[in-house]
Amino acid sequence: MQTDLSVINVTKTFKDFTAVESVSFDVEKGRFFSILGPSGCGKTTLLRMISGFFEPTGGVIEINGKNMAGIPPNKRPVNLIFQNLALFPMMNVGQNIAFGLERKREKRVVIQRKTAEILERVGLPGFEKKKVDQLSGGQRQRVAIARSLILEPAVLLLDEPLGALDLKLREQMKIELKTLQTQVGTTFVYITHDQSEALVMSDHVAVMNKGRFEQVDTPRNLYAKPLTPFVARFVGENNQWPAKMTGIDTIDGGKLASIVTFEGHAFKAVMKTGLKPGEAVDLFLRPESIVLEPDPAMETLNRFSIRVQSILFDGANSRLLALLPESDREIQISLPQTRQFDHIQPGSRVEAGWNPESGILFPAKPVTP
Amino acid sequence: MNKSMRWGLLIFILPVLVWLLLLIVLPQVDMAIMAIRADNEFGETGFSLANFRVFFSEPIYWRTFARTAIFSVLVTFLTFLITMPVAFYITKVVSPRFQGFLTVLTLLPFWVSELVRVYGWMILLRESGVINHFLIKSGILNKPVELLYNDATMVMGLVYTSMLFMLVPLLSVLENLDNNLIEAAYDLGGNVWSITVKIIIPYCLPGIVSGSIVVFMLTLGNYLTPNLMGGKNGLWFTEQIYNQFIASFNWNQGSAFGFLLLILSSAIIWIGLKLTRQSLGKVVQ
Repeated sequence: MQTDLSVINVTKTFKDFTAVESVSFDVEKGRFFSILGPSGCGKTTLLRMISGFFEPTGGVIEINGKNMAGIPPNKRPVNLIFQNLALFPMMNVGQNIAFGLERKREKRVVIQRKTAEILERVGLPGFEKKKVDQLSGGQRQRVAIARSLILEPAVLLLDEPLGALDLKLREQMKIELKTLQTQVGTTFVYITHDQSEALVMSDHVAVMNKGRFEQVDTPRNLYAKPLTPFVARFVGENNQWPAKMTGIDTIDGGKLASIVTFEGHAFKAVMKTGLKPGEAVDLFLRPESIVLEPDPAMETLNRFSIRVQSILFDGANSRLLALLPESDREIQISLPQTRQFDHIQPGSRVEAGWNPESGILFPAKPVTP
Repeated sequence: MNKSMRWGLLIFILPVLVWLLLLIVLPQVDMAIMAIRADNEFGETGFSLANFRVFFSEPIYWRTFARTAIFSVLVTFLTFLITMPVAFYITKVVSPRFQGFLTVLTLLPFWVSELVRVYGWMILLRESGVINHFLIKSGILNKPVELLYNDATMVMGLVYTSMLFMLVPLLSVLENLDNNLIEAAYDLGGNVWSITVKIIIPYCLPGIVSGSIVVFMLTLGNYLTPNLMGGKNGLWFTEQIYNQFIASFNWNQGSAFGFLLLILSSAIIWIGLKLTRQSLGKVVQ
């Protein structure tokens, strides 16, 4: 597989602040690659270095195997979709899209033909004469993408283009953007702070925090096998539960760690290399991996009881907010809307359990919460 | 609308109407009547187009008229050329902390009256002035040169006087220009020239046109600067009007000239609006 974009050890410092610290990754041709991180983690800086608006302090950026050092944005085979899309308000849709080709001194007939073609491809045929302010949010989005795609960039960079849309449209555009990317086959590098956008659309996601990449993986792996506590917390919901490790058991060839939480629950969880008995650990449990009122026959289950504090109803995404008895530790548990748990009310005491495979252990940070 | 509201509206609008009627409409009507009246050979005043005939038959008048129009357009254009980079620098290049400071710095000279500023220029430029003094002291010249009283100096003075009125609308329109538009154009392959011509200027056009209208009208109607800095050679049409009213005491002729100037400025602004496809309502917003 051909590599369209490779970023090797790139660092960017502003005076005494390091925005991006030795980041490396490769994006293969035709992939949808996302960089996911909280605001201020350096993802926009990274994107601006790839597009050429910033020059990296250290490291190399290669596009199609060519070193991009010193090449200005207007000479790079990458295009950037801005957060606010930056459509030119004084031009109509056709002029917006033709802007790039006109700069290349393309013939007028060629420009007209290509503009019509690209509008067809993004599902806006015959929109050339429309004014930009006559378009809906989703249409503007597509015009912005068409304006870049017409230049046939090796990589299309997208800077949170869905951020300004309302929720319903955002959900719709997520699917649309992914479909569009599959159709045109251009490599997309997408940055966002919205994990759902990254997980839904991407082939690979890099989770970025404080200028560094925490993990680069497929969305499924990021969710199921986070490599760092940050990824576990940032991607999807997670309960963080401080505990102490007491021993290691070997059962059926697999290693299980015995842990005791601060509240005194004895649990077993999948062992992670590097952990030693006696150490403080953090247990991460997804809300959906906690089973309510488990079958007493399931022997391997870790069990504990909870007191329901409130029910956060959100359709298929409903949660129980529960406290452990005699403690103020809060646990979120997903509440399947199968009517089976309709009897659970705030204040009820409920049994809960989780499978040792679904808990993930990390060594606790020196300061435990 | 109920009765009391109608009364309220009337009370608030009355001063404006009185102002318009007494100070603008009435004098203009009077001027218009004066312009189309002239003395006949028996010394009786009556309807006549003689005032306008004089304008077209005497080359000095219509040549000054054309010269004033051409120079005003030139001054407007030069003012735009000089002010645009300044406005761009203040709004887009300099750090936001200095923006206010630089804006005040450009406004500062305009706290002084135009007369004083023009005299300031004269002190610098005249034969025994500051610039000549330094040029001789440093040995570049061996005898002083008269820098005043030519068209170039007059144009420079007019540009200097007008800059503020171009700068303010440009600053406000550039302030609204999203930096992402410039970056997007750069990213799509634009260079400095094409970004300026295709993105920045079209975006700023309403501001440019409104600034240009103000500068053009002020320049066309300026009396002081052309008179003082242009001297005897720098004929300006306002001087002709002044001469008719004050020197020749021919108010009818002066009124006719005044009306011609009004028609000229209206016509040029109309052409300018048509060329840039702007509407007056949008521009003066």
